[in-house]
Amino acid sequence: MTASRMAGLRTCALVAGAGLLLSACGGAKVGENDNAQASGGGKSDCGTVNLAINPWVGYEANAAVIAHVAEKELGCKVVKKDIKEEVAWQGFATGEVDAIVENWGHDHLKKKYIEDQKVAVEAVPTGNKGVIGWFVPPWMAEKYPDITDWKNLNKYADLFRTSESGGKGQILDGDPSFVTNDEALVKNLKLDYKVVYAGSEAALITAFRQAEKQKIPLIGYFYDPQWFMSEVKLVKVGLPEWTEGCDADAAKVACDYPSYELDKIMSTKFAESGSPAYDLVKNFTWTNDDQSLVAKYIAEDKMSAEDAGAKWVADNPGKVKAWLPDS
Amino acid sequence: MAALPTTTAATLTFARRLLRTRYLAGLVLVAWVLLWAVLKGRDTLALGGAELTPLHTRLNEGMDAIDAGRNSNPLFLYFINYIRLFLDEAVTFIQALISQPSFSRPVPVIGWLGVTGIATAVALLYGNRRVAVLTATGFAAFGLLGLWQESMDTLALTLTAVVLSLAVGIPLGICAGLSDRFNRLVTPVLDFMQTMPTFVYLAPLTLFFLIGPASATVATMIYAIPPAIRITAHGIREIPVNTLEASTSLGSTAAQSLRKVRLPLAKRTIIVGANQTIMAALSMATIAALIDAPGLGKTVLKALEKLDVGTAFNAGLAIVIMAIVLDRVTSAAGRRVGAEHRAGRGNWAGRSRGRRARRIEAGLAVAVTAVLVYLSHVYVWAAEFPGDVDLGSYVRRGAGAASEWAQDTLVTYTGALKNLITYALLNPFESLLTGSPWWLVAVVVIALALLLAGTRAAITVGVAFVLLVLLGLWRDSMVTLASALAAILLVMVLGVVLGVWMGRSDRVDQVLRPVLDAGQTMPAFVYLVPILGLFGPSRFTAIIAAVVFAAPVSVKLVAESVRGVPPTVVEAATAGGCSTWQLIFKVQLPMARAGIMLAASQGLIYVLSMVVIGGLVGAGALGYDVVAGFVQYPLRGKGLAAGLAIVVLGIMLDRIMRAAAQRAGTRPAGQ
Repeated sequence: MTASRMAGLRTCALVAGAGLLLSACGGAKVGENDNAQASGGGKSDCGTVNLAINPWVGYEANAAVIAHVAEKELGCKVVKKDIKEEVAWQGFATGEVDAIVENWGHDHLKKKYIEDQKVAVEAVPTGNKGVIGWFVPPWMAEKYPDITDWKNLNKYADLFRTSESGGKGQILDGDPSFVTNDEALVKNLKLDYKVVYAGSEAALITAFRQAEKQKIPLIGYFYDPQWFMSEVKLVKVGLPEWTEGCDADAAKVACDYPSYELDKIMSTKFAESGSPAYDLVKNFTWTNDDQSLVAKYIAEDKMSAEDAGAKWVADNPGKVKAWLPDS
Repeated sequence: MAALPTTTAATLTFARRLLRTRYLAGLVLVAWVLLWAVLKGRDTLALGGAELTPLHTRLNEGMDAIDAGRNSNPLFLYFINYIRLFLDEAVTFIQALISQPSFSRPVPVIGWLGVTGIATAVALLYGNRRVAVLTATGFAAFGLLGLWQESMDTLALTLTAVVLSLAVGIPLGICAGLSDRFNRLVTPVLDFMQTMPTFVYLAPLTLFFLIGPASATVATMIYAIPPAIRITAHGIREIPVNTLEASTSLGSTAAQSLRKVRLPLAKRTIIVGANQTIMAALSMATIAALIDAPGLGKTVLKALEKLDVGTAFNAGLAIVIMAIVLDRVTSAAGRRVGAEHRAGRGNWAGRSRGRRARRIEAGLAVAVTAVLVYLSHVYVWAAEFPGDVDLGSYVRRGAGAASEWAQDTLVTYTGALKNLITYALLNPFESLLTGSPWWLVAVVVIALALLLAGTRAAITVGVAFVLLVLLGLWRDSMVTLASALAAILLVMVLGVVLGVWMGRSDRVDQVLRPVLDAGQTMPAFVYLVPILGLFGPSRFTAIIAAVVFAAPVSVKLVAESVRGVPPTVVEAATAGGCSTWQLIFKVQLPMARAGIMLAASQGLIYVLSMVVIGGLVGAGALGYDVVAGFVQYPLRGKGLAAGLAIVVLGIMLDRIMRAAAQRAGTRPAGQ
């Protein structure tokens, strides 16, 4: 027994000694060279900003630029939370989200959280125009030039038949979070089509990517701005033009989607906090081209959102200056 | 001699009954098809994508009421708030230790070298040298893939959820093991927790536990606690009665016999439960990332936004590696407990010698680990994983290229396969289920359950069908049922073919097992894009995803039961001149029947747990309803109803399968 304990002790001592020896020549110590970064800028009393990050690249582009400016120019601490829209809006009520920086419509949520609970306020538009509609891959628009008019869609219904569409043409819809009137449209325009739900944005984009590459006929719901548009420029199919009120009754819609003014939503608490970041988010505005560029950095050039935001800000000091509170 | 004729007679009547059952079941099916042809399209209870029933609206209002009551119900609020605070602190503390910059340091308290050291030491002390090497390699791989911090975040969250799940689950499991009444009470609750799709309660959870680690931990625990409870209860129950009687007759009280007899004997099984709990917790890594859970899941989801298969695969690979390491270490620990228990009866001299060696080894391991932890606390090179060797970029590029190549070159064949199976199998079956009046389907299934599984199962089916109709999602339920049954068919074909192959050859087992492990633990979000590219958004794509996830468990179970056929029987059959095929079909498969039934029912549960993922790739129906309920505020109630419908389907099919399996098990041998 004692012999074994001695042996154990000896090995312990040996190992510990070897370890100390190793550490004596061990290189840089933690915390030696980075005292400078320890405090977070300290320019002003901005505090913490909680940004919701909704799961699409265009949104990330907005958030990346705003976060970069808030951190570097205003000295804020930006906390990004990766959540879906519904959960993000809930965050206004629980006080965990300060701002949503690209919002597509969502009238139900606006009513609940802005009008009823009064925990959120509507901010000004982001400057981005959202277009929703039916699109075909470019090869189809080239081969069948008249396909971009909805009146000819029935003529081509056979082309779009799939295993899922029960003998009719298939109209592919995507992520259920997006606004869609497609079932009503098919019915009211008397189209020989069936709406098939792909169920996610990834499924929709993959389908369009394959459709262009393999020359598979496909018509589906899509939208712009979207990073995929800079990879494959999908062609919009014209539906009967949108007029004020033509989509008031969801069951009777027979017209195209309106163009969306994308906006930013902020929590009431954040709006009243007097944080300089509130003014930044409120003033933030840019064009579709701006967003597409940053989205391209992220999606195609595989830059991190932080780097992409920093790059755009460095290239566009004039636009950034206009958003800052006291300029 | 006298017993022989009666046995033969019993076998004969049994054979006749079986034949009659099959005949009647066939008759029921024929009648169904005939009636379908006549009654097609009547009473099909179809409901459009955005349409709601009054029940859905009421569920929505109910959820709103809970939502509104959150701030005005102080008791509820404080209770929940303290739980949330505790969970948040627990996860944040472990993150501070191993993954996040903490205590005003730019790095965590323990760096990569220290964490790897601790994990390896644990594997060595509780498992064996082989799993220790595996652990060290696995942890090094996290760093080499460029995902050290993400992996540690996932590990922190998983460990917290697992420790808490076991802390709750083991005591409850002991109760369920000791009391039949409690067991009956808790079983349906556990069924519910395991089959209710996470998407349904993910958004409401953030109302109570807020966005962040606490919600993610609770979501993970809901899924991970059931195996801990079930398997612990099973372990307590399977202790031989005479052992217990012996202890009681020696004067032990109930508490003493629990502590001194039951728990030590059940220890091995409880470790198996811990193993299953860990696997379940890890499988939630990606889903939990939908509500901002830190870690590898986030990397996977972010990559999916950009259809970046390579990056998603890289992170998925890290999850697979973590799962395999944790699985092998806990399995080794379980085997060791079993071995030590047996060795406990061995001679004293041998034990003492073994102990001495173990003690030296243990002391050494602890000392080395202490030094490594110290180094990783103090020095940068041991704290942050050196970035020079970046295996991750190769993996990313390789996986991305492979996925693209497959999508470009195989698409014509895969498209043809999809069309073949959809048109020949899925569409006819689906139109039979959805085109028949609902009452006809109910009558047919109840009749089949009565014939194949008995009265009790038939009653369960009746109740289930009433519930499905009441939930207002009859048609969607039938579409989902059709796809699920098609998937389970494919799963069982694979399960039997690969399972027999694997069960008969250890070499095949060695090659296949890691592949199966990967299929089981690789998050579906990683391979969604490639299979979408190959099969397009369709029900068949959803079936493929379900098969990838469910086939491994079936294959493993079939292999296990084929291996369980006594070697003497196999030898006797071979000596009697059986060919390999005869051996498989006449001996091994019939004798593994119970195992095959178990494989089918487990496979089915796994298939149903992929229904929601199916909704993301074009399967529509219940899966899509659940996803839509998660993201569309007016559809929340409908999503909840769809989740409930999935639970009902799961419990119904499970009960039929189990009753049928029991019947198969009680058949006279050789039948």
